[in-house]
Order: sequence, then structure tokens, then C-alpha cells
Amino acid sequence: MKFPRRTAIIGGFLGAGLLGVGFWFARERDRLGHRRLFHLKPDEIGLNGWVKIARDNSVTVAVPRAEMGQGIQTALAMLVAEEMDARWDQVRVEEPPEHVVYRNVDILVDGLPFSPEEVGTVVEVAQWMAGKLGGVLGVNATGGSTSTRDGWLPMRVAGAVARDLLLRAASRKASVPVSDLTVVDGEVRKLDGTKVATFGDLVDQIEDLAVRPPPPLKKPSTFKLIGKPLPRLDVPAKVAGKATFGIDVRLPGMLYAAVRNAPTFGGEALEFTLKQGKLPKGIEKVLVVPGGIAAIGTSWWKANRFLDEGVEVKWQAGLEPRLDSASLWKRYEGLIADGKPALTRMLGSESKPGQVQILTATYRAPYLAHATMEPMNCTARVGPNGVEVWMPNQSPTLMRLIAARTADVPQESAAVHTTFLGGGFGRRAEVDLVRQAVTCALALRDTPVQVLWSREEDIRHDFYRPMALARWRADIYSSAGMPKLAGVSKRQVGQSPTDQFPARVLGLPPQGQPEGNAVENPPYAFPFYRLEAIVADGSVPVGFWRSVGHSHSAFFDESFVDELAAALKKDPFEFRRELLADKPRHLKVLETVAKEAGWGSPLPAGSGRGIALRASFGSIVAQIAEVAVPDGKTLQVKRVTCAIDCGPVVNPAIVRAQMESGIVYGLSAALYGEITLADGAVEQGNFTDYDAVRLADAPAMSVHLVDGGSSFVGGVGEPGTPPIAPAVANAIFAATGKRLRDLPLRLV
Amino acid sequence: MISLTVNGQARQVDAEPEKPLLWVLREDLNVVGPKFGCGVAACGACTVHVDGAAVRSCSLPLSEAVGKSVVTIEGLGQDGQLHAVQRAWIENQVPQCGYCQPGFIMAAAALLAANARPSDGDIDAVLSNICRCGTYSAIRRAVHRAAAILGGAP
Repeated sequence: MKFPRRTAIIGGFLGAGLLGVGFWFARERDRLGHRRLFHLKPDEIGLNGWVKIARDNSVTVAVPRAEMGQGIQTALAMLVAEEMDARWDQVRVEEPPEHVVYRNVDILVDGLPFSPEEVGTVVEVAQWMAGKLGGVLGVNATGGSTSTRDGWLPMRVAGAVARDLLLRAASRKASVPVSDLTVVDGEVRKLDGTKVATFGDLVDQIEDLAVRPPPPLKKPSTFKLIGKPLPRLDVPAKVAGKATFGIDVRLPGMLYAAVRNAPTFGGEALEFTLKQGKLPKGIEKVLVVPGGIAAIGTSWWKANRFLDEGVEVKWQAGLEPRLDSASLWKRYEGLIADGKPALTRMLGSESKPGQVQILTATYRAPYLAHATMEPMNCTARVGPNGVEVWMPNQSPTLMRLIAARTADVPQESAAVHTTFLGGGFGRRAEVDLVRQAVTCALALRDTPVQVLWSREEDIRHDFYRPMALARWRADIYSSAGMPKLAGVSKRQVGQSPTDQFPARVLGLPPQGQPEGNAVENPPYAFPFYRLEAIVADGSVPVGFWRSVGHSHSAFFDESFVDELAAALKKDPFEFRRELLADKPRHLKVLETVAKEAGWGSPLPAGSGRGIALRASFGSIVAQIAEVAVPDGKTLQVKRVTCAIDCGPVVNPAIVRAQMESGIVYGLSAALYGEITLADGAVEQGNFTDYDAVRLADAPAMSVHLVDGGSSFVGGVGEPGTPPIAPAVANAIFAATGKRLRDLPLRLV
Repeated sequence: MISLTVNGQARQVDAEPEKPLLWVLREDLNVVGPKFGCGVAACGACTVHVDGAAVRSCSLPLSEAVGKSVVTIEGLGQDGQLHAVQRAWIENQVPQCGYCQPGFIMAAAALLAANARPSDGDIDAVLSNICRCGTYSAIRRAVHRAAAILGGAP
């Protein structure tokens, strides 16, 4: 098992005892849990914390991660089922209770905002982690494309331990030595194939058997389920209209709440008056909630309308009530010119050839909203036993913490139930909705209240992908009449979500460090590379938007690499190949996408291909976009070819679907996505002015899985997104000669 | 009281005539398959059939559904069997988060009822719903497959 360097470094620190807290549960055996941990119904018996079997022969796997479309219920269940030798059609999933064994260790290790190449920074981060995160170390969270990586060993171990128990139970029941038994397709059989027992037959034979240390895990060559495009477990309910999303939660006596958030960021409702002096029929209560005002009643539609028509609110203005996009861009331009970098990083050696030609290019990326299809919501009930929350969310640990704090009860008296998420994309890691819902529920004790935002509230009160500005520079000299690259440097400005998030969620002081993904180095062997990252402060809330900083940095970096290729009179694909000569996995991905897209083959006039590559979340993705600009103004993205090396593939159908998903999500942003500010508030409010790619605009897509021989499990939920914007921008350049350096990409 | 038929059953609703059908279904009749996405008929997550036609129910007042037959995703299949569109959706493993899919499925079923063999252009024109997970290529395959199933293909 190879770990990337930064994981090894953190692991080393942990092992050295600098951060003993938390390390123990990184070991798979200690994440096995015990047999009564998982909820048990009368006909079921737990085999360990991750799996139980029932008399009806079903196998139920604990999936503590949020299903937001990425197929994680299916992928994680496959890990357990594989080592158990369960049959796929007997496998179910269930959400387990809150417990440390279910926490996501990889998201902590991978999500830290530090620079892997710098030892000094690693030390600082270790301290940061110890000092600031110690109290909540270990979170059940779904993000950073970490879930499969995190589950890869502990859940396979859980499956192997379960299989061992079943074999011993069958051995005793049938008086056959364990060595003569095996498990095939969800049955214990003799080696000659004779059936001995189904799993369901063994429910009563397990109780007194001790769990033994895990037997060796299967070799990948013997996998029967992992690597197969098995059907997703969540699809039948979703197609029948029976999947329960947060908005579908129905509880006895439940009321609905609509919210208006303060128009400017950081504002609050000070007081309100009812225009008619009293509440109309069907509205039970109007109250101030954190960040805004809520109306609670028997109909959400009515409560939402009442906020518009029946309530006058006095707002406290936010910190920058006059902020607008143009002045913010000016502020960022000032920071690019002379702002002090929070992070400076240099790779390679700087040379000073006499005569250089300087190539500079400045790129812009706007704020972006997540716009999950399911608008923000949370249902809460406060009763004598504490607080209970039903919520589509990406971090039950944080929701529980905030629910308990808001209700002023111990965490043990707070419970969170995670429903299906109608999209997450990072938005649902935030705790604003749980604060508002518990505040409403406190005002009407024992009555469940479902808070739901309108689409307008969702677009205007998001935690946005940061607006960012980058200035790239290359020094090019002439050698024997040929242009040669001396080195490149980039200054980049943007707010830092990893700085803001701990501050707003836990009240920790901001560290002034850039978000780690935004400052990952391009993989290319430049003779010299310098990065200066400047962290902008500001009141606009920024958060984790699918692929986080990769989403804009990939646009800056891969657009500039294309500009460099043109300046050096090289083909964009061949230029990248040269610079990746010492990175065989990247090279294979790049060469695969070029071959599959027919790079270099002729296209009609007005068409062009663009290539881009980005490694993110442990995976390497390259994409080639083919665009047509028939009249010089209208852009059509005709097809996108994608290659990914994500290490071991659990379910290839899901990997392909996630690549298509990442491409479409990134394409919506590249073509249409822009959140602008005026008078301290967001100007957009619905899909009418914050549009998304629809079927008619969606390109034909083909996805190619590349095996680069790595045993490190990469992510797939996010890595499909970063390359698409630069691939399209580079294709527009190829088609028209026009270089677009601002997102969204506009030809006119 | 306002009367309408929902998934084959006669229902009586005590709600404001201007209340959108979506909220009548979700709040008054506990039919939660149709989803709230935008409230302005821009995304299609709330699509249901009203007298056989695909309608964005977030923007249809209850008064316009009086006496009509409303079918939601819950009532699309008949005799306990999934509709051909739903079968094709499973075969093609269309849904990701799944939130928009009831709307897409209802829109696709109405399209196929009117046009048994839609071209890609017909599909583009009618299925203007939004899916933020980007399941579009699977949706296109599934619509063609559903057309084939309805045409008698095994």
C-alpha cells in the first residue's frame, strides 16, 4: 500500500507521538466496532460494527457516508460484500449510529491546508491540527472524495472478519471442519460445492462465537465484485419516487418553516413587525433565527408567501453592505500587484538567462453557488430527551455538535438522521440550516419543524466557490534560434474556505492560510516554478464547491500551459508530454485521452480541440473538449473525452458516471456560472439567472479508465470537474485563435 | 373543498385556489414524489401529468387542476408494474442523487405518449429539465430504450 507523501508525513508525525490522539482508529482492526454497535432488529445479528445478517438471508452493511449521487452506498457495500463473498442481490445498506469507528480519517489527513513540499509548513500544520482540531478530531463527514479511500481497508477487513465468523458457525452447525468449507455467492458450501448453510440459516449460531483477528484480505486478482459495474442499490427507490430526501421527511404534527436571510452577508434580523398586527390562520409563529427570520406554519408555501407579504423586518447590515463585484476585483488586482503572500513555494532552480521574453496572463474566476437540486432544508424536534435532527447533510458529527450547542444540551442528547441528499457538492457540510431549524424547534418544543429555503435564498445565501484572480508569468529565452522556457511563476489571490470554515462552524481563529487544493502544484517539470498565494479577507462566505480550489486553479494553470505551448511553438499535447516525462501515471492518462479523442485528426473549420489535465484527490484526470464556434459567437461543446487513473476501481460504472457528472457540473460553471454582488448582496436568484447545462447543451461524453498500476485508492466524486473549464477554453483558442481568460467563458 | 383525481383516486382538498399544485400534493395529500426545485417552472423537478400532459406543478394553481386527473411518479406504473420509462431508467442506471429524476421520468413518459420514436432533437426540445448531477447522457439512452420497450422490444 503506497501512500502519497503528505499522508506519510502526517502518519509519521502521528506515529512519533506528536499527535497520539486519533491515530489508534486509523488502524483497521480498531475500526471494526463491536457486534451490537449497529442497530439490530429481532431477526438480525451483528457480525461486527459494519455488517449484520438476518434470517431472511439479507446482508446489511453500515454506510456512514452521505449518498448524494456519487454512489457511495453501493461502492462501500461492495467492499464488505467482496470479502464476505456475499451475493450482490442480498446486500442492503443502513445508516449506523454515531460512533468513532465510522468517522472519516482520510478527510482529516487529506483536507489539511498545507503545502506538501515544505517541511516547515508540515510542522506548522501538525501544530494547527493538534491545537485547533484536537477537540473534534475525527468527524463523520463526506467530502474531499475520500469515502472509498477511507473505507477501502476497514470495510474489507469487516467483510473478511464476518466471513470467518460465518464459516465457523457453519462448521459447528454441520459438524464439518472449517478447512473443508468455503463461502460462495452468499452461501457456505463444502469445497466440493455442496451447500451447507445460507447466511440466514446461521443467525442463531453466531452469538457465542468470538471475533478473531482478520484473515488476510483477498488479492485483487481474485475479486468477484470489486471492479464490476454492479447495479446501484439506491436506483430502484429513486426511480419509483420512493427515496426520502430531507424535504420529504414527514413527522407527526410537523410544521413547516420558511426563512428570509439578511440581505447582506453577516447581517441579522434585529426585529420585525406583522403588517396586520397578528398572525393569519395557518401561521403559528414568526421569529428571529440566526442569520434571518423564519415563519412557521402548516404550509411552507403559505409561510414563504407570508414572509414577503405580511412581515416588515428591520435588518442589521452585514460587514460590507456596499460591496460590489467591480470594487472587489479592484481590491484583488491591488493584492496581485503588491499583496503579501501567505505562502511562497519554489521548485527547481531559478536561472537568469540574459535576454528573456516575458509572457504574462491574468485569469479570473467568479464566485459560484452550488445550486443543489434539493434546496437547503433541515427538520428538527426539541423534546424532553434532547434534540433530534433529520437532514440531508455531509457531516453528521458537525450537525450533532451544532444542534446540541444551539439547543444547549449535551451532545449525547442530540441525534442526527441523514436522509438522501438531493445534491451536496460541498454545500451540505455547512451548519447554517441546523442552527436555524433547531432555533425554530426550540420555539415550539415537542413540535417537529421543517425549515426549507426557497431557491432564491439558496442562491443568495450560499458559501460560494471563492472568486479568484491569478497572474501567471513565464520567462522565455532563445537558444540556437529556438524559444526555451527558463521558468514560470504565479501569483494567486482568493479567500480561503479552509480558513473560514473552522471559524464560522467552531469559532476557531482564522489561520490566514490558503485552501490546500487551490495551491497544489501543476505536475509539470518546469525548469523553475514559483507560487505566491495571497489570502484575501472579506465578508463573502466561501465554502467547499465540488473540487474546491482545483476548480479555479486548474483553469488558471492549464490555460497558461496552453499559452506557453503556443509561445514555444509546440503542440499543447506534445508540450505536456515532454513536461510529464518523469510521471508515468500522468503520461499514460494524457496519452490515453489524446488517442481516444483522435488528437491531431482534422476537424471542420470553426472547430477545435482543447486538452487539460489535473491531478486531484488522489486521481489523475485528463480531458479533451471538442468545440464548434460556427459563427464566431455561438459556442457548442460537441464532445468531451475523459481519461482517469483513480487507482483501484471499485465500480467502473460509477466511476464513469462520476466523470460525466463532474464534467457537466464544471461545464455549467464554465459556460454560465457567475455570482455577482451589488450593494453587498448577490444579484442572481434562480435558475433563470444562474443557469445550468441542460440536455440540449450536454456534450457527448466518453470516459476511459486507465490502470497506472497504483494501489492507492483515488477519489472520483470531484476529480472530473477541474479539467473541463480549461479544456473548453483551450478548444475555443484552437477553434478561433481567441484566448478567453475569464470565467464564465463568453465569446461576445 | 376542491376536488381532483390524484393517481386514480378522487381527492378533496381544503386549500387556497391559488396554492400551487406541487404544494397541494406535498403538503395536503402527502404525495412527495414531485420535488420542489425552483418555484418558477425553470427546472422541472416538480413535473407531473395533468390530464396526460406534462406540467410543472410548482407554477400551476390548484384552481386550474380542479376536476382534472393528476398523475405523479407514484402513480405512473400500473398494476404494480413499473412504467417502461422507469424500467429503462433502471436498466441504464440513470439516477445519481435522484432528486430531479421523478420530474425527468414524468416528462419523458409524456413525450413518449405523444411521440413514440423521438429523435435526439425531439428529446432535447422537450426534456428541458435541470439535473445538476449531469445524468444527461444516461437520460438520452434511457428515453430511446423506453421507446423501444413501448414499441415491443424485450
